[in-house]
Amino acid sequence: MPEPQDEMRLIAEELSGERGGETVFSGVSFALGSGEALMVTGPNGAGKSTLLRVLCGLLPPAEGQVSFSGGGEDWPDSAAACHYLGHRNAMKAALSVMENLAFWQRFLGNPHLDPHEALEMVGLDGIGHLPFGYLSTGQRRRAAIARLLVSYRPVWLLDEPTSGLDRASEKQFAELMGVHLEDGGLIVAATHLPLGLNGARELAMRGAEL
Amino acid sequence: MLALFLRETRLGVRAGSGALTGVLFFLAVVAVIPFGVGPDLNLLARIGPAILWIGALLASLLGLERLFQADREDGSLDLLLLTGHRHMTALTVFVKCLAHWTVNVLPLVVVTPLLGLFMNLEPLGIAAATATLAVGTPAITFIGAVGAALAVALPRGGLLVSVLILPLTIPVLIFGVAAARGAVADPDPFLPPFLILAALMLFFAVIGPLAAALALRWSGD
Amino acid sequence: MGAGMTDANPQATTLSGRLTALANPTRFIALADRLVPWLGLLALAILAAGLYLAFAAPEDYQQGSTVRIMYIHVPFAWLAMFCYSLMAAAALGTLVWKHPLADVALKSAAPIGAAFTALALLTGSIWGKPMWGTWWVWDARLTSVFVLFLMYLGIIALTRAMDDPGRSARAAAILTLVGFINIPIIKFSVDWWNTLHQPASVFRLDGPTIHPSLLWPLLICAVGFTFLFLTLHLMAMRAEIWRRRVIAMRRLSARAAERAAR
Repeated sequence: MPEPQDEMRLIAEELSGERGGETVFSGVSFALGSGEALMVTGPNGAGKSTLLRVLCGLLPPAEGQVSFSGGGEDWPDSAAACHYLGHRNAMKAALSVMENLAFWQRFLGNPHLDPHEALEMVGLDGIGHLPFGYLSTGQRRRAAIARLLVSYRPVWLLDEPTSGLDRASEKQFAELMGVHLEDGGLIVAATHLPLGLNGARELAMRGAEL
Repeated sequence: MLALFLRETRLGVRAGSGALTGVLFFLAVVAVIPFGVGPDLNLLARIGPAILWIGALLASLLGLERLFQADREDGSLDLLLLTGHRHMTALTVFVKCLAHWTVNVLPLVVVTPLLGLFMNLEPLGIAAATATLAVGTPAITFIGAVGAALAVALPRGGLLVSVLILPLTIPVLIFGVAAARGAVADPDPFLPPFLILAALMLFFAVIGPLAAALALRWSGD
Repeated sequence: MGAGMTDANPQATTLSGRLTALANPTRFIALADRLVPWLGLLALAILAAGLYLAFAAPEDYQQGSTVRIMYIHVPFAWLAMFCYSLMAAAALGTLVWKHPLADVALKSAAPIGAAFTALALLTGSIWGKPMWGTWWVWDARLTSVFVLFLMYLGIIALTRAMDDPGRSARAAAILTLVGFINIPIIKFSVDWWNTLHQPASVFRLDGPTIHPSLLWPLLICAVGFTFLFLTLHLMAMRAEIWRRRVIAMRRLSARAAERAAR
């Protein structure tokens, strides 16, 4: 795993985001350092998902800016430095779980864990040969979480990561996140369930005001 | 990038139906023409290259709207766009186009000789039609990628994609048919239109992926 | 618009943000309100003069009175191309400078351009019937204009297919530019195709050989129609801005109702 020299920081300054030409949040600022996690909470429509998409650069911010520093040459900006786990799992139903993971490992670069190991970490060992489409909702989510492990990225942006997971898998995932933080990673997670992370800061989004 | 190509072709082959539907559509279009114009073999031989080209053009438009839509639906598109610093997005689009062409359009080129026999083309004409299709259809895929990228967020964008890009494919059709005819009709030249066709393909191979990448970047929601 | 950690006075920031967003279109509407009547009057005056001159102009010794169609046909054809160039410039404005008025300009120009292109095809056809003995020939010039018409329709279809004005603006801009790059290629290939297929001899109006007594009314008509186009375009842009405001207000009131219900 590449070890950058100085501490990595993800900084959001006075961000506001738009969806469909409509401002859904504004004035969001925070600074996150290595080993820190930020829980983004709030009701539906408060702009949690939009905030995550702005952070990784999939959506342009309506105002303000996102900056990522300390990543060196490997991670010049937040788009390069982040793993994005959205609502959808980004896996092809027609390919086997292993094929899916192997593809993302080769495409994303910076290989970290072997796909077999990654599947073991999320408790899916032994089903790598099955087509992704045959998996249950919880298994699919865990396979998508395994994607975070096959390639290394310092920043994890997670959108409702535990949706569809049972209690045991949630705990397992909390441990994985803990390990990532200990390694000096950063996590921003949008959720309305507690993720069981100790010492995580909270950013409460309220719905857009008029 | 090779990984992406392999994944796309594997997906296309596993899904299977796309290529088969395209070939069947091609077959159906070509088979319907004689019923429209009459079974006069001389006439068919004369308009044969044009029929093959129009059939291939329409058939190659069939699966285009799924080019990015499938990736958008399962969230892969986000990740493909996010790796923009590692793999230029236009290059990603280019590779996806190549894979799409290999799986869905190459079979059309392969069955062209057979359909050429139905059209009473002489062997040289069949070879010319196949060669022009092999060179010209990638251009349709590349320009079609722009339409597919523009309509990626539309639930029923398929027809719209065809409407948007058909006018843009007219030059490809003109030079493709001209070259295919030129090989058999004596006074008409073969090489100049064929070379222009190749130039068009290369040109679209550049601007198609670039414009499509731009459209995808901005389709974000 | 709320967000936890640092929101000093969110109301103020959004209000000012919204004002700056509105400022440009508002000023534009004021300008358009003042310009439209004058431009319209000017267009009508020039057109009246041009059409009067056109009817006073001598008849063509071959075509007789039919040649007078030229005085509207040529300006329509000119505007068909002018409008597409204007849209391509607006597309650049959207893509490069992200100017808020650029996509309004593009979206509202497309139907007008399509209408002028359709008129050019129609008048060309009416002119062609007595000249060529048929309503339509696959002449290189006609075919190119026909393809241009199809491209206009494609752009209109695309802008109508998307609800979100921002996204549809960018999509239309990309399509317009790709089309613009392709127009020379299409023109070239259609010319090539036409010479290959040896068309029946077609009457051609070659620019330089036209007699000055015909040219002046033509130029004045072209200027008049161009002013007419600009007037229509300004009005369409104004309507489009108003339409967007109505949409924005409806969204806001839907939001307000949802909030009140909570």
